Amino acid sequence: MREIMVRAMYCEMLGYDASFTYIHAIKLAQQGGVLEKRVGYLAVSLFLNEGHELLLLLVNTVLKDLQSTNLIEVCMALTVVAQVFPKDMIPAVLPLVEDKLSHPKEIIRRKAVLALYKFYLIAPNQVQHIHAKFCKALSDKDPGVMASSLHIYLQLIRSPDSYKDLTGSFVTILKQVLGGKLPVDFNYHSVPAPWLQIQLLRILSLLGKEDQSTSELMYEVLDESLRRAEMNHNITYAILYECVKAVYTIHPKAELLEKAARCIGNFVLSPKINLKYLGLKALTYVVQHDAKLALQHQMTIIECLDHSDFTIKRETLELLFRITNAQNVTVIVEKMLDFLRSCNDEHTIIHLIGKVAELAEKYPFNKPEFMNTLLPMKYNSWFIQTMNDVFSIGGDLLQQDDPNNFLRLLAEGSESKEEDDQLRLYAVESYLTVLKGHTSHLPQCFLQVMSWVLGEYAHLQESVDRREVIRLLTQLLDQRSVSSETRVWILSALTKIPEGQTDLILDLAESLSSSQDTVLRQQAQELRHLSQDSQLREFKPVAVVCVFSSQVDSSLSFLDGFVSEALAAGAAPYKPPHQRQEELCEDRALNLEPYSFSLPVSLSSCSITDRQSPTLLSVSSGLSGNSAELSQKAGSSTLILEGVKRVWGKDGYLPQKEATAPPVDEPSAAVQPASQQEAAERIEPRPEPSTQNQDKQQLASSLFVGLGVGSSVSLLGKSEAPPPRFRKKPRPHESSSSSGTSKRSSDSSSRSSRNTTDSFLYGSFPEEEPATSISTFDHTPKSTTANGLSQNKDTKEDRHANTSQILGGDMVIVRPSTIQDKHPPSVSSDLTALLPADLKDLPHSDVISLTSDPSLSLSSCRLFRDEALLLVIFISNCTETVIKDVAVQLTLKHKHQQMTLKNFFLLQVFEFMRLILMNSILSVTHRPLVVTTEEYGKLWLSLSHDVKQNLKLLTDAGDPLRTTLNALKDALQLHVVDIIGSEGIVACRLLSGAPCLLHCRVNGAALAMWLRSPHPALPDFILYHCQRALAHH
Amino acid sequence: MIKFLLMVNKQGQTRLSKYYEQVELGKRAALEADVVRGCLARRKEECSFVEYKDYKLVYRQYAALFIVVGITENENELSIYELVHNFVEVLDKYFSRVSELDIMFNLDKVHIILDEMILNGHIVETNKNRILAPLLALDKMAES
Repeated sequence: MREIMVRAMYCEMLGYDASFTYIHAIKLAQQGGVLEKRVGYLAVSLFLNEGHELLLLLVNTVLKDLQSTNLIEVCMALTVVAQVFPKDMIPAVLPLVEDKLSHPKEIIRRKAVLALYKFYLIAPNQVQHIHAKFCKALSDKDPGVMASSLHIYLQLIRSPDSYKDLTGSFVTILKQVLGGKLPVDFNYHSVPAPWLQIQLLRILSLLGKEDQSTSELMYEVLDESLRRAEMNHNITYAILYECVKAVYTIHPKAELLEKAARCIGNFVLSPKINLKYLGLKALTYVVQHDAKLALQHQMTIIECLDHSDFTIKRETLELLFRITNAQNVTVIVEKMLDFLRSCNDEHTIIHLIGKVAELAEKYPFNKPEFMNTLLPMKYNSWFIQTMNDVFSIGGDLLQQDDPNNFLRLLAEGSESKEEDDQLRLYAVESYLTVLKGHTSHLPQCFLQVMSWVLGEYAHLQESVDRREVIRLLTQLLDQRSVSSETRVWILSALTKIPEGQTDLILDLAESLSSSQDTVLRQQAQELRHLSQDSQLREFKPVAVVCVFSSQVDSSLSFLDGFVSEALAAGAAPYKPPHQRQEELCEDRALNLEPYSFSLPVSLSSCSITDRQSPTLLSVSSGLSGNSAELSQKAGSSTLILEGVKRVWGKDGYLPQKEATAPPVDEPSAAVQPASQQEAAERIEPRPEPSTQNQDKQQLASSLFVGLGVGSSVSLLGKSEAPPPRFRKKPRPHESSSSSGTSKRSSDSSSRSSRNTTDSFLYGSFPEEEPATSISTFDHTPKSTTANGLSQNKDTKEDRHANTSQILGGDMVIVRPSTIQDKHPPSVSSDLTALLPADLKDLPHSDVISLTSDPSLSLSSCRLFRDEALLLVIFISNCTETVIKDVAVQLTLKHKHQQMTLKNFFLLQVFEFMRLILMNSILSVTHRPLVVTTEEYGKLWLSLSHDVKQNLKLLTDAGDPLRTTLNALKDALQLHVVDIIGSEGIVACRLLSGAPCLLHCRVNGAALAMWLRSPHPALPDFILYHCQRALAHH
Repeated sequence: MIKFLLMVNKQGQTRLSKYYEQVELGKRAALEADVVRGCLARRKEECSFVEYKDYKLVYRQYAALFIVVGITENENELSIYELVHNFVEVLDKYFSRVSELDIMFNLDKVHIILDEMILNGHIVETNKNRILAPLLALDKMAES
């Protein structure tokens, strides 16, 4: 019989139905000897699933075996209970299983715990009373029993609050496991109980999630776990992976995060493909918490993207999906679409295409300022094009949500009507183009979307004849491949297009009104009537309420008025059915109390509460009572009116615009959307960018742009940073007209000089102005009546009204007093001596000659004050004659008036870099920060963004560290706080106040530099310039 | 969570299948065929994890025999990969140099071993001695 049963199992395994043997399996379990019994139970567990009716026949056998004195039989019974057992019969065996928890044999206790776990899974409320026993199992002296109780806790801790006090125990257990306290046979390849460790790490991460005090308990053990898992075996990596996940899930601790990040590095860089995969997966998880990590591994990620292995590629895309922001979305979406085109696995397509659609829908509207100012057309076209790709690739595999969301986005739009219309217009145009091409291969859902859009918005496109639209749509109708559902969509689109070609429509309607599809027929009839009756057509509502956005207000709040009237008139308040039933139960003399914990009763009450479907509600609420009460969950009886969205008003549906503002990614606040051209123009700052890597690096920079902002990528010398908009308006100064005398100022010289002036000012004013331009600079010397020996300089600085408020305060205008001076400007060093007394002591730049002509020369100098940058302009007379009245007009123009502060800052950073590339002077941006060593220490810990790199050490002098730091100090305006042994600490701060701390350590021939700052971009920025400064040295 | 475990040979014949969630009998054959095709198509240097529908497949090859485990997204692939090896080591210990034939002719025993290791899709025991203890006791009783 045993042999036969095994064969039956074989049959089932190969896919043949062997249901006739099921009963024999049960019989075998009932009657056979020990081995037969085991096979019988095994067959039962393989053949029967939880709900199978034959299982009931097994209950008695199980009961008998549980009470058996033979340990093996008890064991078998417990095993089968833990595998399949009818839910309703749990109460029958529960006491027996509970008894086994205190059985002397560990295997019995272990199996009993597992059986209880099963009970917990299928009927949690039935084992509620034995939670204390789980706790006892957790502290069982046998590690196996303890390990199996972890399964229960992993489930229980999904709602962690009541189990926080167990954290200590779990930590201790993990410590003991790590410390090798378990018997040797628990080791796997000399790693102590690896799967147990993984389980514990999972529990800990659940416990520590968003809970600092609990997390603190486990830092130590996690650290140890990370440290122990150095051994080079797959299973240690599996533990490490779990550990990294835990570290990133719990309340963060910088030190651990750093270690974990290093671990991920090991994974990703590993030549073993399985580890690489796991590294990517870890990275995918981690970037949700810290997007910057992806940057460290950007080249690896790019390599993985082109990897021949499908799985790796897929995982990489998943990772990219997580780091998408407004700037790299175009590139990432393109990558995804590329992948999709080459992919033929249906499930992957569905999965991924949904993500593409999600991304495409998420980003066009979330950055209104980009939409408005920079590239609205580009975004529109990109969005529509992407969605076209989505529809044509995804086709009918798409879930209904995707086209619906897309249409809703089109229909509801964003705040600005104009923008929406542009988008719609683009959609219409693009669809017309698509429809003019081959249409037979297009998926139905794409056709449906197209016909809807054309129906709604074709009128926006005035250049296209409606006839053309109608012709294209009717052409679709003729195609055999078009399904009847799509035909309905097309017909309703035709209905919406006003003033159509009546005869064509009539023909069409005629032919379709005999169609077999009733819906189609109805549509056709309606269309026919509509086109015949011109009066009716005028009634047609112009604004069609979007069908897709209709929301059902299941609480029926619009009936509130009616209800309160009825209540006032003395009607009894409405009670939902389950409440009525409960009251009925209470009224009865006999109640079902004793049975209440057995399942059938709880099931029935359950099903009643579940029956709160809107249809039932609408009927019952029409009768009496407060409709709002219906919306609430069974059990509570307070009125919840606030949560109810007012969707229906007195006049019917209140069309609502949902706030189309998907969550804005934190790192997305950079300046420009990345496009590939721009990426191509970027210069990679890596030491030796080999040419074959160029493409990849370009890709990298476009993929990772905007991540964590302070990336090496964003420092790629933005040579194509927002083009400075200098407006040259050669507006003659009014004073020029008054002169009838020698006009010695040559127009050409002043014009040519203006360019240099512009760029100079542009460069030197970054704090104050993103873009500064001198729109007019005209000097018109007049020959005077020569009474004064002195020469008058009158500096007029005129700021235009559009100087924004943020910036207004930053500019210091220096009005130089009359200076007697006849030096030629070539001796620039002397000019600085002429500075006003209060400015003399400030550090200053060299005086730069800006322009000169035979009569006047202009030069400038920058002064660095703690809080601002001063620009001093020197105007000197080069002639022997005396000049009176020089008018200087400085015009400051703003490029971005509505810039947010954040953007503003970033923009500055980019501008700075331009400036530095131009002048190789950094000092405009920051000032030394004078702190003591203790303050430094405190500050260091409080700062979050850090960057590390090895720099070249200047070795030409006796003390390399000191020499290097001094060199940096001179070049970059840093403050050397302290030098202790081979380490040095340096500080500086931005004008805006953000500090940046540098920690330098001599490491062989290199200088290990570690920078920290509250501002993400600053460390990279400073680092970059340190590198430059040292290279120049 | 583990959804299923399959042992399939290179010819695509199923040697053992165990499902930890209900799959209809009729659909099993199709699923197995799909899974095997997916795993056989992969080259040695590619990674041992494949996506299949909602599952991740973790496979490991021993001579002509593939062991494929279907798991959910949140499971640790590498730990499952090693679990498979642990399973094989246990089989090796019990059958002393296990072969495909051992598995074919001792289907019940392999299942009993598997039941000790994985229950309801969770790893419940990995200690080799403890996994084998009940089976060895059974064998002993059957002999006497």
